[in-house]
This record gives sequence, structure tokens and C-alpha cells, in this order.
Amino acid sequence: MEQMQAADGTPLKRSLKRALRRQKLRALALVAPLLIFVLITFVIPIGNMLFRSVENQIVENTLPETISALKDWDAQGGELPSDDMFTLLYIDLWLAQEQKLHTRLGSRLNYEVSGVSSVFRKTGRRVGRFDTDIYTEQFTELDPAWEDPTTWVALFEDDAAADALQLTARTWDRWSDYLVSEDEDPAAEDIQDFLFTALHFDLSRAEGLTEGPPILQSAAEVAGSFKTVNLKEAFADADNDWADLELWQTLKLYSPTYTPGYFLNSIDMQKSLDGIEMQPANEQIYITLFGRTLWMSLVIMGCCILLGYPIAWLLANLPARKANLLLILVLLPFWTSLLVRTSAWKVMLQQQGVINDVLVWIGLVSNGDRLVMINNQFGTIVAMTHILLPFMILPMYSVMQTIPPSYLRAAKSLGATNWTAFWRVYFPQSVPGIGAGSILVFILAIGYYITPEIVGGTQGVFISNRIAYHISSSLNWGLAAALGTILLVIVLMLYWAYDKIVGIDNVKLG
Amino acid sequence: MSLPTYATTGQRIWYYSFRVICALIFVFLITPILVVIPLSFNAQDFFTFTPEMLRLDPDGYSLKHYWDFFNNPGWQLALKNSLIIAPIATILSVTLGTLAAIGLSQSHVPFKGTIMAILISPMIVPLIISATGMFFFYSALGNWMEGTLGLSKGFVGYVKVILAHAVLGIPFVIITVTATLVGFDRSLTRAAANMGADPVTTFFRVQMPLILPGVISGGLFAFITSFDEVVVVLFVGSAAQKTLPWQMFIGLREQISPTILAVATLLVVISIALLTTVELLRRRSERLRGMSPG
Repeated sequence: MEQMQAADGTPLKRSLKRALRRQKLRALALVAPLLIFVLITFVIPIGNMLFRSVENQIVENTLPETISALKDWDAQGGELPSDDMFTLLYIDLWLAQEQKLHTRLGSRLNYEVSGVSSVFRKTGRRVGRFDTDIYTEQFTELDPAWEDPTTWVALFEDDAAADALQLTARTWDRWSDYLVSEDEDPAAEDIQDFLFTALHFDLSRAEGLTEGPPILQSAAEVAGSFKTVNLKEAFADADNDWADLELWQTLKLYSPTYTPGYFLNSIDMQKSLDGIEMQPANEQIYITLFGRTLWMSLVIMGCCILLGYPIAWLLANLPARKANLLLILVLLPFWTSLLVRTSAWKVMLQQQGVINDVLVWIGLVSNGDRLVMINNQFGTIVAMTHILLPFMILPMYSVMQTIPPSYLRAAKSLGATNWTAFWRVYFPQSVPGIGAGSILVFILAIGYYITPEIVGGTQGVFISNRIAYHISSSLNWGLAAALGTILLVIVLMLYWAYDKIVGIDNVKLG
Repeated sequence: MSLPTYATTGQRIWYYSFRVICALIFVFLITPILVVIPLSFNAQDFFTFTPEMLRLDPDGYSLKHYWDFFNNPGWQLALKNSLIIAPIATILSVTLGTLAAIGLSQSHVPFKGTIMAILISPMIVPLIISATGMFFFYSALGNWMEGTLGLSKGFVGYVKVILAHAVLGIPFVIITVTATLVGFDRSLTRAAANMGADPVTTFFRVQMPLILPGVISGGLFAFITSFDEVVVVLFVGSAAQKTLPWQMFIGLREQISPTILAVATLLVVISIALLTTVELLRRRSERLRGMSPG
């Protein structure tokens, strides 16, 4: 059989395929700008949050020498780290306080063990005044060239010297990188005590240094006999906690670059030397809070079903003209600003508010004991039920519209009572609407922040309020990210269920 | 629905009590919104009805809270910011969203489900989580724009909030425009092409006029999303970008002033206007598609 051909002579099959491909490309080209926009402005930020919930680079970045030496330290051995460790800590902390990073590390570790923040702050102030200037004096006495930064620059351009003096070389690199980032010249800045401390540390260990420039060799010969400073005592003097095992154990526990610590904290647990354990009972708040968030969302959902069902039924069974009129009463709250409705509820529920005034006026409540309806769970539930009710009514209404009223009449004509006809015939058909509305309301309720914040007091707040607190007040961003991640996972599971039951394409607005 | 003449007493009681229950629920829905309106004309700085107001004494009423709103620099800044941020964010999301919806409505789109899920996600993810994620990322983005691109701090602040609001409005545009496109007769574009119109002309002269109601109502949703949004702006913006909801939220949380009620009343009026527009548009498009008898 002869092959079918398109107008330009190519086989029809290929021509069609090409047209299809072009169509696909055009569709993708139309979608691409938005997709890229959403990926950059939304998906990446969310991914960034997920990353932050496990990220813990600050400890290692701030104290690199100490952390790498801590790997070999036995945290459960019951002994403090060696004097060498304190020398490394001194170098790390000196650099950190110069860059004002030590307080940040202190607040990071303070989330795990309270009190660490002040240890770092205090030590940061003292670390510049440790007696390490005796190293500086002894080296410059030996050869005044040590005081000249160009000596150091030249020294570490030589690979052999850098090899022999590893700690000093690394420390010099960190120092000069920092100076360069501050737009300063390493060759022009004074050599600080901590660099001489590092130099002494290396030289007193380097045996028979035969290579390298003469200034280094002559220093290596006598460095072993230098007067030394006991930095362990200096640290213990700055803050007693440095002589305490707990602080070192904390440092070691939280030294990895990635940590499950924030997630453990979000479910009231913590890392300890013996593995994972529960937080002390008085600090357990998050499981309760998650539980309360879920429970109150369920209550709100239940209230919405109870209040929404009769309305949806009425709307679906009235003549179109009347139904449209009443629908406006549902849509108006839906379109009204969330803050307007929240402030309205504040006005209504306050002790000097409208509802209490009315009750006092009727005489149901005496002026002295007005009802407390705000700043508690009741306030949150009432206000949120009101705010989310349209989201329940609208899906129910659209499902009920499709149920033919003749079914009910048929049931009744076959002898069913009103109740049986409703319960056995009408209700089962309206279940998809209840399901759709319930999941929608639940998903929305679980992440609410504004309304609980304003009408919830302390007992009526949700997990979202805690996330906001950690973002803006306690600045424990890792924990906020971990709590957010858990909430996100819960919502995505519900969303998946919603998609299975209702289908996201069936979301209707207005 | 009306009561048949042969109904029993029990049925009558149920019929009327059901009506009463429904009426009460409607009262629950609408009262809080209506209560705000008279209270905003309160002559006192109270959040409740004063005896003068209940006696309908003209002295009990005044426009002072409205006066305060229009003269207080804080509220005026908030109004100005809202009127800058919401329209620009809306234009962004409507432009990108409409293009994408047209692309998505074509018959052969690879990974359609995944793309749709990504585009809808800003509506599904709770605001507090979006805000948390944006808080981290946008501060880095802002520093980059200020440092590398050398833009001014104020400008960058607006850019951040506008981008964040635009992405929150996108799902609404996608949903409404896709829904309108379902009823769009594809042979019309083919007919236009047949008569020699290029794709751009076809889009503006044939497709756009027909899907305009969907685009407008999507835009209104996007506008109200941005205009009413507070969590993200609290996290991403700074005080220089405070919007009306921000100012209301801070006011409700800290020093509570009745000016909030005046603002709330104005917002209710705006939402009634928006609701009417959307409703009219919906009816028009249903009539055009022959879905409604009216």
C-alpha cells in the first residue's frame, strides 16, 4: 500500500508526529515562565526550610579545630579534654570573638542546654586578655622579625614550612581570609597572640625541624623550653563551666554538620550521650501542642459539619432565586477580610463585648460575672468555625445540588419515614460533599495563625503560633523549620487524601 | 420544599424548627460582620455599644475613627502600601497564570499532573509554612539584591513582598482560568488561524475576550489574597512595607484602637463590591456557555 503523504511530501505519520511535538513544546513554553517563577519564589524557599531543619554547620564552622580534635575524645570517659584541646579552643574562640560569631554559637547551643549562651559571651569577652602574650614576647625576643607580618606572609608561602606547622598554617589561613574579607591587608596587620600560641603549639611538637627558613629553625630549637600558659585554668577562670564535662559533651553531641536535634526537640525529645531520650517533663510542650492543634481542628471541623449541613441542604432544596439570595449570606463572610472577621469576633466575645452586653441586658448574666469567652479555646473555636464555615458549605452545596429530590419522594412513597428516607437515601449521597468540605476545613484549620493569635490567649493557640514565636522572638530558626516540616508533612498527607477522594481538579471557588 | 397541606403536626413543628435553626446559623454567619459597621461610628473609644448609641442619639455617633484613618500617617502608609503591593502582585500572577493555564489546557502536555500540583501548592501549604520558608530564603535574596545589584533597601523590601504575594495568588488564577477554558471551543482558534490570524492576534482578538470573565475573577481572587494577606508580609516585609492587614493585626494584638473598626467597615464595603463583581461575571460566563437558564 502506498504511504500517505502530507502536502509537503513527507510521510503523514512523521508530519503528524512533528506537529504534535511542536504543540507540546508550545504548551510547555507557555507554562515554563510560571513554573520557573513558582519554583524560585515558592518551592526553593520551602526546600530551604526543610534543609534548615537538619542543618547544623555553625558549630563546626565556628570551632573547626576543636571539633575535629573532639572526634577522638571519649565523651563518656569521665575526663576533661587535654590541655591541647584548650589551646585549640582558645584559637577558635579568639577568631570567633573577633568576627562576633561566638555569641551566635552560644545561642545555638543554648537551645539544647540552657546557660551555654552566657558561657560563650563571658569567655568571648575574656579570651583576648588571656596571658598568651608571653608567647609573643618570647618569640619577638628571640627574633624581632616575628613581629613583622610580612615574615609570616613569606613563611606560609613556603609549602615546606606550611607542612611542618600545620595548625599555625591553618590558623594563619583563617586569619588572613578574615582580614581579606574585611578589606584589610594581612601583610599590614599586627600579629596577634593567638598566632604565636599556635606557632608555639606546633614548634614544641616539631622534632628536628631541619628544613625551612633559618628564623623558623632557630625558633624550633628553643620553643620547647619556653614558658607556657595553662589555658585550661584560664578558661576555667573565665567561666567555671569549661571545667565541667557537660559543656564538652554538648559540644561533641552537636558537632555534626547535620543533626536530627531540631526534629527531636519538636517531639519533646533530645539527644544525649546514651542515645535519644525524652525532655524533662516540665519542658515537654510540643506533643501537647500538636495534639491540641489536631484536636481543635477536629472540633472546628465537627462544628462546621453541624452548622454547614442544614444550610447546604436548605440552599440545595430552595428554588434557585431564593437560594441565590441566601448564598450571598454565605459568600459575604467568605469574601470579607480575615482580619475584619477576627476583629469582629474580638468585639463580640470580649468581656465588655457585644454578646456579654446583650446577656447582661437580657438578665441572663449579672454584670459582675460576665462570661470569659475570649483568650481561650472557646474563642478560637467559635471564631474559626465562623471563618471556615463557608469552606464547608460550598462543597456540600455543590454535591447536594446533584442529588435529585425525587429520590426522597420515592423513598417516602415506598413507606419510609422522613428520618429513614433522609438517613438511608439522602445522607449517603451527600457524604462526598461532607468529605470534601471536612478535609478542606481541616487542612485550613491546622495551619491557622492569625485568629488563634488574637482570640486564643495561651490555651487556644496552635502549633503555627509556636513556629511564629520561634521565628520572631526566640530566634530558634532550626526548631521553627523542624516544626514547620512536620506540619507540612501532615498537611501533604491530608492533601494527598483529598486528591484521592475529591480530585484537585474539582476545587471550585465561589 | 414548601409544606404540603396534609403534613402532620410533627412535620409542621420540624419544618418550622428547621427554618429557625437555619435562620440562627445565618445570623451566626452574618452578625459579626454587621456588628462592626455601627460600632465604627462610635463617638467613644469603645468596642461596644454605648447607651447613647442604643438610644439612637446623634451625639453617640461620629466619624472620628474614619477621620483618624485618613489622617493617621501609620494607617495612610499601610493603605498606600496595600494599594502598591496588591495590584502589582495581581498583574504578575494574572499574566503568568493565564499564559500557563492556556498552556495547561492544551491536549498534549507532558507531566501535566506534576506541573499542576506544583502550581497549586501555594494554596495548599499552610501560610505559616510558606511564610517560614520565605522568611529564610527572601532575606538571603534581599541581601543579594542589595549587595550585588546595589538596589535600595526600600525597593528590595517591596520586591520581596510583591513576589511572595504574586506566588500566593497564582493558584487562584490557574483554577479559575482553567475552569473557563474547559468551556472554550477550540475550533474558534483554528477558524481564526484558517482566516490568516497569527497566534498573537488569535489570542487577543478571539481567545482573550471569551475567557476574560475567568481571568478577571481569578485576578480578583489574587487581589483579595494579597490585599488580605498578613502572615507572609509580617515575615518577609519590614515596617516600611506594612500593609492594612499588618496594621490591623498589630493593632488587635497590642494597642487596640477603634480605628480598626472603621477600616474593617471600609473593607466590608470593598468585599461586597468584589463579591458582586465576581457573581456577575460568573453568571455572565454561565449564560454564555448556556449552563444557566437565567
